[in-house]
Amino acid sequence: MKLNSWIAAHTFHHTQFADLPALVEAKRKQRLRISVCIPTLNEEQTIGKVIVILRAELMKRYPLIDELVVIDSGSQDKTLEIARAFGANTYLADDILPTLEPRRGKGENLWKAIYQLTGDIIVYIDADIKNIHPRFVYGLVGPLISDSNIKYVKAFYDRPLAVSQGVTRPTGGGRVTEILIRPLFSLFYPELTAIIQPLSGEYAARREVLEALPFPIGYGVETSHLIDIYTRWSMSSFAQTDLDQRVHRNQSTLSLGRMSFGILRTFLRRAKNLGLCTFHKELEHVLRQFQSINDTYQLQEHTIIEEERPAMNELTEYQQRARQEDQEGQEG
Amino acid sequence: MVDLGAILKTLPTIGSQVETLREIILSNVVMIAEIGAATFQERQRAAFLTERFTELQLANCSTDECHNAFGILQGSEGARNILVVAHLDTIFSGERDLTVTVRRGAVQGLGLADNSLGVAIIASLPLILERLQLSFRSNIILMGSARSLGSGNIEGIRFFLDNSSFKVHQALCVEGVELGRLSVGSIGMLRATLTLTKPEILDWSRFDVTSVIVDMNNIINRIQEMPLPRRPRTTVVLNAIHAEASFSNVPISAQLLYEIRSESDAMVEQVATDIRYISDEVASRSEARVNLQTIARRRPGGMSFSHPMVGAARAILSALEEEPHIQPSTSELSACIDRAIPALTIGISHCNNLNTADEQLEIKPIAKGVAQLIALLQAIDQRLCDEAE
Repeated sequence: MKLNSWIAAHTFHHTQFADLPALVEAKRKQRLRISVCIPTLNEEQTIGKVIVILRAELMKRYPLIDELVVIDSGSQDKTLEIARAFGANTYLADDILPTLEPRRGKGENLWKAIYQLTGDIIVYIDADIKNIHPRFVYGLVGPLISDSNIKYVKAFYDRPLAVSQGVTRPTGGGRVTEILIRPLFSLFYPELTAIIQPLSGEYAARREVLEALPFPIGYGVETSHLIDIYTRWSMSSFAQTDLDQRVHRNQSTLSLGRMSFGILRTFLRRAKNLGLCTFHKELEHVLRQFQSINDTYQLQEHTIIEEERPAMNELTEYQQRARQEDQEGQEG
Repeated sequence: MVDLGAILKTLPTIGSQVETLREIILSNVVMIAEIGAATFQERQRAAFLTERFTELQLANCSTDECHNAFGILQGSEGARNILVVAHLDTIFSGERDLTVTVRRGAVQGLGLADNSLGVAIIASLPLILERLQLSFRSNIILMGSARSLGSGNIEGIRFFLDNSSFKVHQALCVEGVELGRLSVGSIGMLRATLTLTKPEILDWSRFDVTSVIVDMNNIINRIQEMPLPRRPRTTVVLNAIHAEASFSNVPISAQLLYEIRSESDAMVEQVATDIRYISDEVASRSEARVNLQTIARRRPGGMSFSHPMVGAARAILSALEEEPHIQPSTSELSACIDRAIPALTIGISHCNNLNTADEQLEIKPIAKGVAQLIALLQAIDQRLCDEAE
């Protein structure tokens, strides 16, 4: 598939799906159920607004969302109290599938959402969006409702306030994307470079896809999704939607370094498993960073282990529940 | 025909039903507050409001040349028109961080009380009335008025009342705070800027030449010394002062923004004349030029305390266990008073730290504030607020 033709056919703008009555009607006809998962860890500043806006606009005004759930990694602030006060269902990640050894990381919450949530489509929305708007959801589910061949929709943010006609400009994929991910994709998976913001935390996918994917529990979850879906279902299963602008907390260069290390480990593991490269020794788990204090340089070692959860549909508990639901469906 | 007692009895039910629609109102508060709308720059906020009205299939959804926003909830009879208006503009520039935070019991951000909440109530009202299955005989004209504050001089509502083909029979002006306020009349008011300027060629090496800030200070001292009557109550509020510039420059221009308020229009004129004399005198002694410019003007007036609309509003607040606070207003109400339209200004909730970055608007009282508005609309619609012929 040519990159330019893929971009032309699979790239949308949220305004294409802003006719909410029509979108709700199309969803109703397909008997789809849509769940939104918000993974959290100490997000009391922003969670209230996210819940209020999504519930008011996309549940009470227009019934696009059927289920809005917060899955929390153990917040020490009032994240859960505020989310509950405004009507969200909240869960601690550790309380879902409690027989499993608990893991810490955003990927863990996203993976457990597949078990806990009931939707045919699951939308993941980060809780730290300062300018939350209903477009963050309808822009992502729109392509899935409109085209049954699309399985996974990624957000990107690209709407400068003004640009001269004909002037070219970078797409602004973010520092880790432009310095790490796009060069790696260019080397190993050139078609995936057409995904403008591969690391954006907002995406929507069909359950049949999500339940078949292994989930790294840390930084590598978004990258692994793209590689796994690409190798299994090809580029035609992806779409991406421009959601204009996203205002969020900026991360320090050091924390982006830790993120890059985690992503790189996930990426290289997949490249090795697919036979794209070989290593003559085990990869290190420790990232070494330096900070200067007065005239000395202090070594900081960060152990970053990118553990993975298996595909949800391989889990006995999930299979049993699916069988039970089938039985209930037949009896009902 | 429904009497006021019957309306008062429904207040608790209306309040609890509105409570279930809390997210609808809060969502509008957040989205409206995050759209910058300094006076004369309300276009985007007006577009948002019109979009809301269009979604809810109101009639005549439109904006006009002042960037006022409108939608009409058509009544079953449509013979009379009730205007419900909230001003769109805010004192904060769109360049400020307008991000809103929703906490458990309060919403925090700039300009929420004045007047994002008022506009949000106008935006939410059609849906609230629909969900409560309430209908009216009169048309309800919902309006977001532009150019209200400061030098806007309530131009938006004045333009509408002067140019609309709809005759407004009664009006309710909605402000975010304070729940319990009842403005039934307007006080006389004059807002002005006083600018002092010295020519740049003045010889600053003369040590008896003073900075224009000193001259402005003299004027302020003289204003403070003016004898003002206790009856009719009269006051001069000094709102802001600006001057040039840095350590190395002697300022040649200074500006004072002030507001004269009085229960008597003649007293407003008298004080304005006195300030003009003071300024001219100080300026003539210091070789400065003075420029006085009136920015906004209101005439005093309003409904009497015994007007049935005031009585109904007080009864409704009492039934909601809120103490009515009668206070004058200089907002949209004045434009209605000037045109002899019976009108009231009401508040919806309470807030702390008004007009600061830490402004916190309370969520819980909002349902009560909306119940108050709905009950008042019912009373007006049932002609319980009409004066005897």
